[in-house]
This record gives sequence, structure tokens and C-alpha cells, in this order.
Amino acid sequence: MARQIRIALRNCGVIDPERIEDYISRDGYMALATVLTELSPEAVIEILKKSGLRGRGGGGFPAGLKWEITRKVQADQKYVVCNADEGDPGAFMDRSILEGDPHAVLEAMTINGYCTGASKGLIYIRAEYPLAVERLKTAMKQSREMGLLGNNILQTGFNFDIDIRYGAGAFVCGEETALIHSMEGLRGEPTVKPPFPSVEGYLKKPTNVNNVETFANVPVIINKGWEWFASIGTEKSKGTKVFALAGKINNVGLVEVPMGTTLREVIYEIGGGIQGGKEFKAAQTGGPSGGCLTKKHLDTPIDYDNLIAAGSMMGSGGLIVMDEDDCMVAIAKFYLGFTVEESCGKCSPCRIGNKRLFELLEKITQGNGTMEDIDKLRNLSTVIKDTSLCGLGQSSPNPVLSTIENFIGEYHEHVKDKKCRSKVCKSMMQYLVVPEKCIGCTLCARNCPVNAISGERKQVHLIDQEKCIKCGACMEKCKFNAIIIN
Amino acid sequence: MKTIKLIIDGKTAEVPENTTLLKAAKTVGIDIPTLCYFELKDMNIENRPGGCRVCVVEVKGRRNLAPACNTMVAEGMEVYTHNIRVLNARRTVLELILSDHPAECLTCAKSGSCELQSMAQQLGVREIPYQGEQSKYRKDTSPAIIRDVDKCIMCRRCEMMCNDVQTVGALNAVNRGFMAVVAPAFEMNLEKSPCTYCGQCVSVCPTGALTEVDHSRNVINALADPAKTVVVQTAPAVRAALGEEFGLAPGTLVTGKMVAALRRLGFDYVFDTDFAADLTIMEEGTELLDRLTRYLKGDKDVKLPILTSCCPGWVNFFEHNFPEMREIPSTAKSPQQMFGPIAKEYFAKKLGINRKNMIVVSIMPCLAKKYECQRDEFKVDGDPDVNFSLSTRELAHLIKASNIDFSSLPEDDFDNPLGESTGASVIFGTTGGVIEAACRTAYELYTGKKLEKVDFKELRGLENVRHATIDFDGLPINIGIAHGLGNARKLLEDIRDGKSQFHAIEIMACPGGCIGGGGQPYHHGDSEVIKLRASALYREDAGKPIRKSHENPFILELYKDFLGKPCGEKSHHLLHTHYFDKSAGVFVEE
Repeated sequence: MARQIRIALRNCGVIDPERIEDYISRDGYMALATVLTELSPEAVIEILKKSGLRGRGGGGFPAGLKWEITRKVQADQKYVVCNADEGDPGAFMDRSILEGDPHAVLEAMTINGYCTGASKGLIYIRAEYPLAVERLKTAMKQSREMGLLGNNILQTGFNFDIDIRYGAGAFVCGEETALIHSMEGLRGEPTVKPPFPSVEGYLKKPTNVNNVETFANVPVIINKGWEWFASIGTEKSKGTKVFALAGKINNVGLVEVPMGTTLREVIYEIGGGIQGGKEFKAAQTGGPSGGCLTKKHLDTPIDYDNLIAAGSMMGSGGLIVMDEDDCMVAIAKFYLGFTVEESCGKCSPCRIGNKRLFELLEKITQGNGTMEDIDKLRNLSTVIKDTSLCGLGQSSPNPVLSTIENFIGEYHEHVKDKKCRSKVCKSMMQYLVVPEKCIGCTLCARNCPVNAISGERKQVHLIDQEKCIKCGACMEKCKFNAIIIN
Repeated sequence: MKTIKLIIDGKTAEVPENTTLLKAAKTVGIDIPTLCYFELKDMNIENRPGGCRVCVVEVKGRRNLAPACNTMVAEGMEVYTHNIRVLNARRTVLELILSDHPAECLTCAKSGSCELQSMAQQLGVREIPYQGEQSKYRKDTSPAIIRDVDKCIMCRRCEMMCNDVQTVGALNAVNRGFMAVVAPAFEMNLEKSPCTYCGQCVSVCPTGALTEVDHSRNVINALADPAKTVVVQTAPAVRAALGEEFGLAPGTLVTGKMVAALRRLGFDYVFDTDFAADLTIMEEGTELLDRLTRYLKGDKDVKLPILTSCCPGWVNFFEHNFPEMREIPSTAKSPQQMFGPIAKEYFAKKLGINRKNMIVVSIMPCLAKKYECQRDEFKVDGDPDVNFSLSTRELAHLIKASNIDFSSLPEDDFDNPLGESTGASVIFGTTGGVIEAACRTAYELYTGKKLEKVDFKELRGLENVRHATIDFDGLPINIGIAHGLGNARKLLEDIRDGKSQFHAIEIMACPGGCIGGGGQPYHHGDSEVIKLRASALYREDAGKPIRKSHENPFILELYKDFLGKPCGEKSHHLLHTHYFDKSAGVFVEE
């Protein structure tokens, strides 16, 4: 764990999140005090811009620039929104921060309010995070009582308060325009940008939307200085990133590493290597709309730009490790299944295109695919990315494109040889009896739930492929290793 | 305003800032195809969700393709509307839409007017490479509108009309992803929703997902029944639009040919709803004067402003949304429903036949009329005053199916006595027309003087909400006019809040009035069509020898012979109605 640097997660597990005193004892609200008493909004924005902090929610837009744009728009009312609609399967960094260090987010939102000229903050959080909501409420109550939130904060005359808005867990509501519509009580679906929320957002007012992890970095940057923050990471990606390690890896969970750490370091040094000592095959980053990195990427420093160059993306920091037992076609299908469920249905390429992608992948994994289908996958993926309205559709074909790019051989095997080397795609598997090994004990036939196995006692048995449902019971029962998978 | 210079397909375009690429391209002769985009120019109606993605173009320097309908021009932009990347994307997107659309063109009610069909034609789609599951929904039939949402392409035009323009809120996108569709809340039937049957959703739907309930088969059966005397009435707006269905230019008046066609179809009597419109003016005008006179005498209980009540979509709207104000509109029935009892209680008796052996058919620019004629209060012992209401489109189909060459038809005249009408009744078909007709009559009845200037130009036009003050010989009468239910809502809210300064308000549910009705030939977003229809009606009015309802000799005879006096006992019984509180009628099952 030595390679980790904890900035966003600095207090998680260290302090009692329900005690504001614990937070304050670790420099909590010091940044806010500095900002309100010593710095102009422009100066704070300048610090943020120089720090190089980029949005941690997926897009990687420079945070300071976003704050500056929101500040410059003239309006009678502005809003600060914290995007806590964490929707990537397996990702839980936002939840951990909110549960473990809620004050960090409140403090940063207040600083943002001071910089952008907003007096109202809203946290959009999925209702499935009851503990995080509870802790946020407790934290808001405490900070109001201590004059750190509400009217006349720290006797400086600055007013800022925060409210919570609940999401129903729709993945697309992590997209900022969809999130805003959901908060307005409208259908959670995106609209064309521009106008960007910084110019026209919640209730048509300028709205600064940042992700939980982005906010969590802000107080530390103010306290320790932009030079310190900018010294961590790579040229264009500063600071750290929290990853949620999952999949076939020994140590699953959250890790926070400097930008530029290699995949090899994350997987083998921090993650403790692949489960069961098996061989690393790929790692999916960027959640369902990311792509997979392969062995050739193991030594690539992970940052925003390198991931995009590798056909994937940072996303919110999901990192799912796959080994030799994973079929990449099935993986692509799995992720498409997710996007098909989570598309809002507004634009045709995402609504229908992803469904068709999924169907093509299903056809291939069932052994009915053709080479033409692979071409269709390619064209459809390109068009969906090119024409979709929001980030969801613009990235949903990534798993398909990146598995085709990196594992075209597996696609060809599925299509031409009707074979799945990882033995995941059951439709293509055949359970066969090895005549030389079968002694005719009848055990397999008696255990077959669909009576697909025939054969006289002491005679070689035969599996009827039409009837076989590929449950594997015969192979499991056979004491002579006489049943194999073809 | 700042001018922006950009290059589209190598051509330099100069347009004002905040112009979309779509409109900028039009200025240099480039017509980018669109599907979900919809605009009724000068009427404040626009739909650009950027959802269908058919209009995507390449903007140099942008990572993705941009929707032309929803991307604003910028200085120095370089745009490509038909390079290989764009053409492939556009075609693939259309193929995807078609892959989730039932290929039922041969039997689809929208065939020939379907924008998806013409786009497939335009882009030369000959096969659909991306086959797969198609969404399946329950078909929903209401008294006026059929929702066949398997054909919905999520363009959201109906949603925009129903919510933004009409503020009815019956239709909205529900479900997500592949199952997303536009439907009433909880996917209830339309009949259980606050739908007013105005039919504006139907008039903008690019496909056959929303169509009218077709009653032409019932009419054919009635015409074939020798025991029935079949009478037809035609609404004013029909004659200004029917010709479009036969390739005539928008704004062509086809009154005579329409009468000839109806006669050939076998109707026993071809009458005019305009006659009933004159009757409406007599009743409603009298009611207005009565309320006004009482008000001027200091009666504080009198309800002013008086609201017109001839539009059934509007009646449904206030019954659902403002039931507490249902005493304010005029109690006069709509012309369609005035015609019914006059035909069945007066004319049938004259002919010596039982009302049950008379079938009254109406030809309407409207879908709400289908619902209106089915209302229980407009029936006598279960026999409706008006049996069937056909839309302008249904009539056109009926004519085509009956081997009638419309263009070579002679110009016939309506039958009498219920076919004679004045110019005042003709303009009922356009926004502002009813109130203008009422003013012509009310002025003369109130002042006892002859109205010299018959045209009230100040009441005409297409602005959403209009107001004018008419001088009734020293008495200023404040008139309000709204077309489109969203605009009506504003005026109603003013009345509710005690802010209304009007004496009389005319309201039409459809933008433009009946000429833009839900049963009219599809205008496909061309507001010029609506304007031309309006001017056709004003032209017909100007050419009429009699232009005031109270001078219609057959109306005068009807009162003398049968009704007595306007708002008298018989009129009250036959020509007036009452309204219901339907706010509770909208409920959620289970």
C-alpha cells in the first residue's frame, strides 16, 4: 500500500465522520476560513487553476476553469451542485467520501459558492445511499450550529446553505444536464450542450456542477498550496485518483494513487496480483462506458490522456480486472447490457443502437455470428459514438470497440470456429464423452436433469447435443474424467 | 444584431447570431433532413430536442457530429453536411429507427403523409441491416384518438404540443432506454388522462403513432341503409383545407366542389354548419348582451367576461382544469351540437320522419368533435343529436375511395333551409372569427344602429393572445382572444385572480383556430398553410352578400317558425348546455 497518497480519502477511516470536531482537528474548515478572510474569489480560482485539478467524475474538465466560467456569468442567483449520483457498477469512492468525510464536501461546496457567487448548494445523491445521506445531514446540522454553513459564515457576512436532492439511481442522471433536469422534477434525460450548466443550469441559472471526489480535493489544495498539489501526478493530470479495484484481483477495494501510476503497480503492488495466480488478461477502466487495457498497457502511466489514447477513459475510477477465464466478447456484452438498461431513450442511436449492439453480441456469443456481424459492430459502434446526444451514448460502444481492437482473435474464434476459449459462452460448448475413458458406469446418465445421456451399462455413453442444456452436472459427477468440454 | 460568418459545404453563409446550423444552411440552399425537429413559424411553436440525430453534421474541430437543428452558428465555423462520415452516420441512424418501426406502410393510416416514410425514400433506404427486437405496446383507442405507439419514434413533438403549447400534460415520455415511449402517466389509456382530444398531437406526429379514430365505415353503412335519411353538415374550416388533399394549393376554397362531392357520396341533404354558427351567434350574442346589460345596471353576480364555448377541446380543457369557473363560459352549444337538434327536432319533423331514422354526420377540422358528439347530454333516449363526426382527412379518403374525381366536380350549392349562411359564420373557422361575428351582431342589437364597418381587422391575426377594444357607440367593449390552450390558460388564470379586464373572450384550442385543427390535412410544420387557410375564409366572408348572422333569412324564419326568440325557452332546451367538473375524472387505476 506504500504507493498510495491519500488526498480525497485523507480522513476516511481516520476520523469519526459524525463529529465535526474530528474534522476540524485535521485542518477541517481551515481552507474555508482562509478563503473567506484572506482571499478574493479570483485568487482562489487562480489557485485551483494552477493546481491543475481536473474533474474526477469522468470528463476531466479543469475544475478551476469551470469555477471561473460560472463566476463570470451574470445572474441574480447561482447554484453549486455536488454530483453524488455514483452509478458505475462496482464504484463506490463517492459513497466512501460522503460516509467517511462529509464535511470535506460541504467545505468545498461553500468555497465554490464564495468563488462563483452562489448562495445555494445542492447535493444530488442516490437514495440508495442512506448512510451517506444520514452523515451528510448530521454534518450539515453541525456546521450550521458552528456558523460554518448558513447565514453570515464565520462572521464574514457570506451566506451559503446546502440542501439534499435525491436521485432514483439512474445511471444517466450522472450526466450533468440530466442531473439538473432530475433535480427540477423533470424526466432525467440530457439536453444538448451548449448551453453548459455553468451558463444555464438548475432553474436556468448558472450552476457549477462538480463531482464528490473533485470537491474533496479542494480544501487540501487551499491548505497545502497549488504547488504541492501540482507536484503530484503527470504533466496534464495532477494529484491523485481514487480507483475502485474489483474483479479477479486479490485486494479489492478503494485505492488512491498519484496520477501516472502504472497499471502494473496498481494491480500487482497494491492489488496483490491476480487471484489464484492466474494470468492477467485485461482491466476495464471507466466503468461500463470505458474500454479495456491489456498486457501491453501494463506499464503505461494512468492519467486522463493516456487512457483516452488507449481507447478507454478515466471515468469515475472503476477498475475491474479480468483474467484468462474471462471471455472478452461476453464482457463486452455484459457492459452493453448495462447501457441498454440505463439509456434514457431520448436519442435514437443510444436507444436503438445499443440494443442492436447487444443483440449482435448475443448472436456472436451464442455461436450464430458471422464475419459481417463484426463489421456491423464496428460501424454501429462508430456511429453511436459519433451521433449520440450525451456522454452515455458517446462512450457506451467503447467496450465493444476496445475488445475488438485488442481481442479480435476471440471474436474470430466465436464466429468462425464457434469456440469460446474461456469457456464462458455456454451455447457454443459441447460436453462430450471420451470413449476411451468411459467405463459405462451410468452415473452421468442418472444425474442428467434432462435425460440427454444414453448408453447401456458397461457401454460407452453418448450425450445428445440437442437435448443437453450445458449444466455441467455430468462432468462434475464423472469419476473417470471421461467427460470433456469441446 | 451581430452577423456571423461561417462556411457550410464550402459556401459562405452570413446569418444573425443565435441562428441554428439548420437555418443557416437553408440560406445557402442546403436542406439538411430532419425528423424530430418541428417548427410553426410566427406561432412560437418549436420542437428541437435533438433526439433523432438525423440532422447531424460535421463541425470542424468538434469530436462528435453535431445536430444541425440544435447547434448555433459560430464565427468561422466550418460545417460539412454530406461528407462520407455524415452520410454514413445519418443513414445508419435512420436504419436504426426503421429497425424499431413496424413495416406496416401498406395499411398504415399515415401512409403517404408519413415523414419517416418519405425520409426512407429520400435517403434511398432499400434494406434494414440492423434487425432485432421491436418494441411492443398496447394499442390505445379513445373516443377520438388512437395511440399505436409501436410506431412512435420518440420525436417528442406530441409531448411538446401537449405540454408546452397546450399545457394539457396528457402525454409525456415514460420508461427508459429501448422501452422509452411517449404515453399518458403510468401508461394509462388516453381516456383516463386529462386529454382534451384537441388532436394537436395527431397533427404533428410524423408517423402513424397518433391518428384519429376513423368513423367513415359507419358513415358508409348509414348511407347504404335505405331506411335512414342521412344529413351532413360541414364546418367552415373544412372548405379552406380539403382541396390540399387533392393537390390544390393551400388556401384554395372548395366549398362548391365539397358540396358536389358530398351529394355524390349519397347524402340526402348537404347542409352547412355555418348555418348553425349563425344560430350560435344569435344565442351567444344575446347571452353576451344580457350579461352586459345586467352588469351595466349594477348586477354584481353577473359573470363577466363571457367566454365562447364553441370549441369542444376548450370545453374539455376547462372542465378538467378550471371546473370551479365553469359558470363563466357561454352556455350556448357549439355549432355542431346546435345543428344536431335543429336537424332532428325541427327538420326531421318537417320531413315527417322519426329522429331515429335520421343520421346526422358532421365534417369537422377537429378530433374533439368526435368526442363531443358522443357526450351523454347530447343524446335523446340514447340517440345522439350528431351521429358521426368525420375529420377533413377522413372525408378526403371517403371521396377518393368513392371514385370521385374531385377536381372535375361542378360547384354545387348547399340545400335549404339549413344550408344558408352569412359571412359571419364562415370566419368561425379562424382564430378571432367567432368574436368578430359576435361583434357584428351584438353591435347592431345593442346600439340599434347599422354597423358600417363590418370588418374588425383589430381582431384578426395570429399572435398568441390578442386584445382589442371595440366601440359600441360610446361603450368600450374589451375583447380578448386566445388560440392554443396554453394561451387560454393565461387568460383564465387572470380571470381567476381577478385581473381580467375583458368583457368577452374567444378561445380556440388549436393554434390558428379550426383551420389548424387536429383533423385538418397535415401542414407538416408549414405555418404559411395555416395563414393561407385563414385568408381563404376571410375571402369567402368578404364575398358573401349577407355578412351578419342576424340577417340570415333562414335563421329569422327558424326563430319565427320554431324557436321563438334567442335564449328563449325552446332555445334554452335545445341550444344550450351545462358543464361538468371533470377534475376528479382523471385518476390512477389500482
